[in-house]
Order: sequence, then C-alpha cells, then structure tokens
Amino acid sequence: MTNQASDFGELDELYQEIILDHYRRPRNQGKLEGADIEAEGVNPFCGDEVCLQIKLKDGVVGSVSFKGNGCSISQASASMLTELVKGKTLEEAEALYSLFRKMMHGEELSEAELEELAEARVLAGVRRFPVRVKCALLAWATLEEGIEGHGKGGEAPGRITF
Amino acid sequence: MSMLDVEAIRKDFPILSRQVYGKPLVYLDNAATSQKPRCVIQALVEYYEGYNSNIHRGVHALSMEATERYEAARQKCADFIGSPSTDGVILVRNTTEAINLVARTWARSNIGPGDEILLTEMEHHSNLVPWQQVAQEQGAVLRFIPLTPEQTLDLSDMDRLLNSRTRLVALTHVSNALGTINPVKELGRAAHRVGARILVDGAQSVPHLKVDVQDMGCDFLAFSGHKMLGPTGIGVLYVKQEVVERMEPFLRGGDMVREVWYDKATWNDLPMRFEAGTPNIADTIALGAAIDYLQSLGMEVVREHEIAITQHALDAFQELERVQVFGPGDVAQRGGIISFFCSDVHPHDLGTVLDREGIAIRAGHHCAMPLMRKLGVPATARASFYVYNTEEEVDILVDALKRALRYFARTPNGTRGG
Repeated sequence: MTNQASDFGELDELYQEIILDHYRRPRNQGKLEGADIEAEGVNPFCGDEVCLQIKLKDGVVGSVSFKGNGCSISQASASMLTELVKGKTLEEAEALYSLFRKMMHGEELSEAELEELAEARVLAGVRRFPVRVKCALLAWATLEEGIEGHGKGGEAPGRITF
Repeated sequence: MSMLDVEAIRKDFPILSRQVYGKPLVYLDNAATSQKPRCVIQALVEYYEGYNSNIHRGVHALSMEATERYEAARQKCADFIGSPSTDGVILVRNTTEAINLVARTWARSNIGPGDEILLTEMEHHSNLVPWQQVAQEQGAVLRFIPLTPEQTLDLSDMDRLLNSRTRLVALTHVSNALGTINPVKELGRAAHRVGARILVDGAQSVPHLKVDVQDMGCDFLAFSGHKMLGPTGIGVLYVKQEVVERMEPFLRGGDMVREVWYDKATWNDLPMRFEAGTPNIADTIALGAAIDYLQSLGMEVVREHEIAITQHALDAFQELERVQVFGPGDVAQRGGIISFFCSDVHPHDLGTVLDREGIAIRAGHHCAMPLMRKLGVPATARASFYVYNTEEEVDILVDALKRALRYFARTPNGTRGG
C-alpha cells in the first residue's frame, strides 16, 4: 500500500495524524448533567457547531464535554480543548485561549508557551489556510463565551455566532 | 458526445488558462457564478472607453448611443426568455433583488391576513426570507411543498397545499443545492386554477436551458446575469404584462417618474417605472453580449452538453464508496449540479483538499440552511458544470475525490485505514 499521506504533500501540515485522530475519536464527547458552564458556538458560514459543557469542582474544571458537528479542524480543536482545560481554573483556561488565539493569529510563541498548549499546538499548521483559522478557533471562542457568562452569573447557556 | 465544441469555447474564456497552486484550474463552481467570455469583458471595456454616459435623457451622441445599447440589451433579455414585450423586463441587481421587488410591490397589494404563500422545502434563502417578511408584516401564512426521498417535489398533497387561500406559488426552477428540476409549468397551471400567481426563481435554469415564459406560463421570473456568463450586479425580473401594469413602483426617485410636483409625482412608462436612479448601464450591455454568446451556441445544445457531462459525473460518482449524491438519478430531471456528502469527510475538508488540486467546488449550506437540516447533513459539497467544462475535468474531480477519501481514511502508519 502506498503512503497516502504523501499524496497531498503540503496538506499534511493541516491534516496531521493527531488532528484526524481527534476528529475520528473525539475525547470527552457527550452531555453532562448539571453543568455549571454551558455555551454553544456556531459558524453559520460553514455550519460548524460546538456545544461545550463544564462542571466545576473545587474551583477547577472537574469535568468537561462537548458535542459538535463540523469539519475535522473544528471538531479536533474542540476535542483537544477539552483535554487541555480539565483540572485548570477558569483563569488558566482563559489564559490558554489567549495563547491559542495568539498562535492562530500568527504570533510566535515561545517553546514553553507551545508546551502549555500540548497537542493543540499542531493546529498552528492551519495558519497556512486562512479560511480555516476560524474552524480552529470556534471551540475556544465558545469556551470564552461560556466563562464570561458564568462570571456574570448568567443562567441561560451562552450562544455565539462566530 | 455533445455538439458543443468545448475546446473552442474554452479559448473564449481567458481565466480558464490560469493555474491554481501550479495546477490547471478546474472550475466547477458555476452554480455560484460563471466565468466570463472575452466578448463580455470587451463589452464592458468598449462602453467605458467608447460611449460612457448616462441614459434616457441626454441630447448628446454618447447618451443616445448608450441608451440605444442599453435598451437593445433589454430587448435581448426579453427575446432570450420569450417575453412578447419589454414592459415587464425589469433590470435589477440580481435574483435576490428581483424577488424582493415582487415581495415589496405586488405582494403588498395582493397578499393579506390569512392568505397563503406556497413555497417548497428546497428554496434558496433568497426565495424564502423575503416571504417570511411578507408573512410577518401582512399576516400571511407560508406553506411548503415537501420533498420525496429522491429530493424531488412531493406533489401528493397538493390539493390541500394549494387552495383558494393561496395567492402565490414561489419556487425554484432548478435547485441550486440539489440540481433537481421542478415541474414549474404544471405547477403554474395548478396555481392559476385556484387564482394564484406563480413566481419562478430561474437563477439556475435560465443560464442552462431554454426558458420560455409564455410556454412556462409564469407570472414572475427572476434570474441573475453573473451565472450566465454575464457580469455581477445585473439581473432581470420578468413580470407578465397584465400583472406589471397594476404594480406599484418599488424604489422612488429619478428616472421612474413622468412629472413631479412638490407634493406628488406621476410614474414613468413600463418598465422604467421600476428602475429608479441611474441603472447599471455597463453590466446590462455586457449581459446582452453574454446572451448573444449563449444564443450563438444555442440553448438546446447547451442543455445537451450539460446532460452529457452530468450523466458522466453521475456514473463516475457511483465508483465512490460511501458518497451520497442528492437529487434524482434521472439526468433528465436534473441540472448540471452534483451535490454530495460523505460522512467520513466533512465537505469543507474535501473543499480544501480539492482546492489544492486546482479544483474549485463549493462546500457549505448553499444558502439553503432549512434544506440541509431536512437532509440531515451539516453541509454538502457541490460540483456544478457549464459550457466550458469537459468530461476530463469531471474525471480529474473524481480521481481527486478518490484520493482525498483515501487520504482521510489513512491510519497513523500511513496506510489505508478500515
């Protein structure tokens, strides 16, 4: 069997194995009962959807889950996000979003910062495909919306059109 | 074999010789917009370089020339769709504006509380959202003709859907998201039997097959120039004579008036009554050039070519495993549009991969979000053909799709996954 990865050479940076793995086997997928934070993000242009739920425990993200529908980049990014924020305080989660956004907008991050982003750092490859950057950011913007709503004591789940 | 000399046609389109990412452009996004032949581009240049001036009121040579060419283009539009007169051939920006014009004029005086507007479940947002506004503002009710499993119209419940309360039937001739051709002539007859009017969205049909408004029997027909080799920013609303004569003006201002006082005005003749302000002169004239080009090919032959290439595509797509093609299997019932979905790979990912191969397709909801929900898919990928596309290009697409599907199915060791 030939190596199919070489078939579309430069696309390998966009569709890295690890991204496709998260797309095919999303982590933390499902629905949480009694979530403290809930937000839904939609990109009406391409139909990508991410619904994010967080349950807090002792001041940190105790459990987190997402449900979604969309392209590999949007869904893999959501899956990676859930792994990243687990066990973090909401401030730490927001700091991660800020790092991730900086990376996606083309700013150079230090090696230490990239390490903080763990697997999500591979999404930097999406930058070469500008129309897809929004796909990678959707879940993170949804998280931010959820955290902001929580800070304001909002009862209703946040909803953003991204 | 089609009767079109596609190789010769391709030479008329300068853009088709360009490369994308080092590969020859395979342009299969014609349902979004078509490319332009040199004669259309030339018509724009000639107008701006040779006789640019305002129309309908100048006493000088340039203005008279521009007026003549503008009105000649209108006549070409009328002839192209078989309209016996130009009174109801209103030049607008695009299909969307044409439909909004009907919603804001005719519908205001002809649709009231409890009246019904019958649409279909496959409408483009442009033939849905304006009617939502009419329904909200005037208390009318929207009804929808449902779809069969093959995404054609399910007409089994028409006795109930089309009734004495129905004032308007508005539907697309060829669905931009499915390719389905709808029986507009039969529906027109049925609409008229209950005293309703029929509006046909011809955005995807007028560029591709012979449309004759008298034969079709429609009261309104809307279409866009840019999908039929013409420029963007110019479209046509055809309105049947007896209807247009009783329609109130749309936009008000210069050009659409005959006499004006400080407190009132009278309206200009048809169709200028509906064209307030300086119109899109250059693009109208260039649309005329596009119509000349299509007429020189012959719309019957254009359609034959499209049937041949679509059949070729339908056959080739059968080789693709796990790919669902929407719309009827019978090529006679569909336009040159292949809308498809594969649950393994999201349409946007397919679009990105194909793009890098120089292949332009559309991926998304095709301005038909309710339809996507109905189909149970987030989006579809869509390849759409026109006079300059070849069966070879379809093969390039299908080959790239095969490789793309393998690419996304690969496992970490680089071999093909389950």
